Amino acid sequence: MEVLDIIKPENQVFCKTKLMTNAALSYCPGCGHGTAHNLTMEVIDEMGIAEDTIGVAPVGCSVLAYDFMNIDMTQAAHGRAPAVATAIARTWPEKYVFTYQGDGDLAAIGTAETIHACNRGENIVIIFVNNGIYGMTGGQMAPTTLPGMKSTTSPFGRDVKTMGSPIKMTELVAQLPGTYYVTRQSVHTHKNVRKAKKAIKKAFENIKLKKGISFVEIVSNCNSGWKMTPNDANKWMEDNMFPYYPLGDIKVNGKLK
Amino acid sequence: MSELKLMKGNEALAEAAIRAGVDAYFGYPITPQTELIEYLMSQKTEERTGMVCLQAESEIAAINMVYGAASTGKKVFTSSSSPGVSLKQEGISYIAGAELPAVIVNVVRGGPGLGTIQPSQADYFQSVKGGGHGDYKLYVLAPSSVQEMSDFVEDAFDIAFKYNAPVLILSDGLIGQMMEKVELKPQQKRRTDAEVIAQCGSWATTGKTKDRERNIITSLDLQSEKMEARVHRLLKKYEQMEKEDLRFEKINCDDAEYLIVAYGSSARIAQKAVEIARSKGVKVGLLRPITLFPFPKKQLFDLADQVKGILSVELNAGQMVEDVKLSTEFKVPVEHFGRTGGIIHTPEEILEALEQKIINNGSIRHHKTRESSIL
Repeated sequence: MEVLDIIKPENQVFCKTKLMTNAALSYCPGCGHGTAHNLTMEVIDEMGIAEDTIGVAPVGCSVLAYDFMNIDMTQAAHGRAPAVATAIARTWPEKYVFTYQGDGDLAAIGTAETIHACNRGENIVIIFVNNGIYGMTGGQMAPTTLPGMKSTTSPFGRDVKTMGSPIKMTELVAQLPGTYYVTRQSVHTHKNVRKAKKAIKKAFENIKLKKGISFVEIVSNCNSGWKMTPNDANKWMEDNMFPYYPLGDIKVNGKLK
Repeated sequence: MSELKLMKGNEALAEAAIRAGVDAYFGYPITPQTELIEYLMSQKTEERTGMVCLQAESEIAAINMVYGAASTGKKVFTSSSSPGVSLKQEGISYIAGAELPAVIVNVVRGGPGLGTIQPSQADYFQSVKGGGHGDYKLYVLAPSSVQEMSDFVEDAFDIAFKYNAPVLILSDGLIGQMMEKVELKPQQKRRTDAEVIAQCGSWATTGKTKDRERNIITSLDLQSEKMEARVHRLLKKYEQMEKEDLRFEKINCDDAEYLIVAYGSSARIAQKAVEIARSKGVKVGLLRPITLFPFPKKQLFDLADQVKGILSVELNAGQMVEDVKLSTEFKVPVEHFGRTGGIIHTPEEILEALEQKIINNGSIRHHKTRESSIL
């Protein structure tokens, strides 16, 4: 095939996600945020719901999600995205409302808002990117930091005796009657990307059913914060994060698996 | 049709909000404002007007829900009392920074800390000097009657949407809890979603349509120049508020030799003190700031040329008195009189303070040797 044939639209098999802007991503090379952004925007584009979608950005690495996602977005105070999304969904019940949050935002400072939005069964999607560390502020301990894991505020490793154990928010919210779909995914391999996209799509489709919250955790890496190369970080994630945060559906159609 | 009713201040405000076509309320119980959320819940607002009412898990969640609904152009408010309003300060700062229209009600109780559930005006500083972090101000309305608790709801939303800025209704446990006759305005229709989009679509996050760029609500400016531009934009609004939306009431000020400055519940009591003083031939006037920001600076500056002294009467340990001093530029003696947290001063106590601190220029001995001219 000649080069000119390859670049013809009918031969194109991959292109930039239409709902992503042209702004250069602020994420570190190898970080999972970019893929999670892409998947979210692909799902919204494929469902044809962009005009009816309102996103809520957090505080943390993805605070600038609104620079990259070409949809209407409100940036929330640290941890408060589920409260912000609650109000938007309640006052615009026909819209697709989602939050995009990290682990510090969702599982530490925003624990109350997360639990109660889930408990009320708000008709929203929560996308929860868990990389076990505070990336934006430079690698501090997160509520999801693994036991023994080093960070700038646990320089000798997380001591669960004094610092507590990593919190499994996803398992926790799955216990609440207000959650309809709870799943844990990753985006570090092609196979996992396809699975994660399916999960995100299911979550957004659930909004039409008005049966409660859909909660999608994406276990991700933070090669900068973990002080590893991207490949090493992914390997470390598989070896250490996945045993503690096992991938797969936890609750489907309101039923625990 | 307007309607006359006997109501508590908190209930009158809640009913006025329903009638003003407000879209949503998010709150959390705390004395002495709890009747407000209770009344709204009793009214089945979703059925009456389609207004969303939700009891949040905390004051923090409630103010962030206000932020969320306001970011989509909806008319939304919250209410609380002093400790709860302290919790809301981060959210209020975000609302100011992101330039969103919203109304916050503070039915003030005594403090600091858990304080008392009794009425107080000790949140003056918090209300007019920022409260939360950063360079911002609130437009602050101070009702002094149940009627104003009702009337100020619509006024507050008018200002909030005129400037895309948060407005605070600064009440207190006295005005919130007392019952008075109130004339309620007729029911207004809530705006339809299409009307909200027509009014606020240029900035609100209502869903990006193909005919416009995406709307983003944020208060984040990583570039310092942009941050400064945002602050300057806010300052312009505050200047315009001072020019166009200052509100105050002058009572017996034309020939006054002495002036009392008081707002809200204190102004009610001070008005009685003025009547008593006048009946004894002492020319006392009352300046009642209705907005605490903007503050009647020029009016006070001018009155300072006319009167011999000014007493700032507040249910606190002395807060507004600082603004009275700044406004009058120390041209005349300015003193404070106030009780705190539930101890409500009487008109007679106000006059005694006026006589001791202002008329006799602080000389207690002098006061003891002469007949009281007022009491």
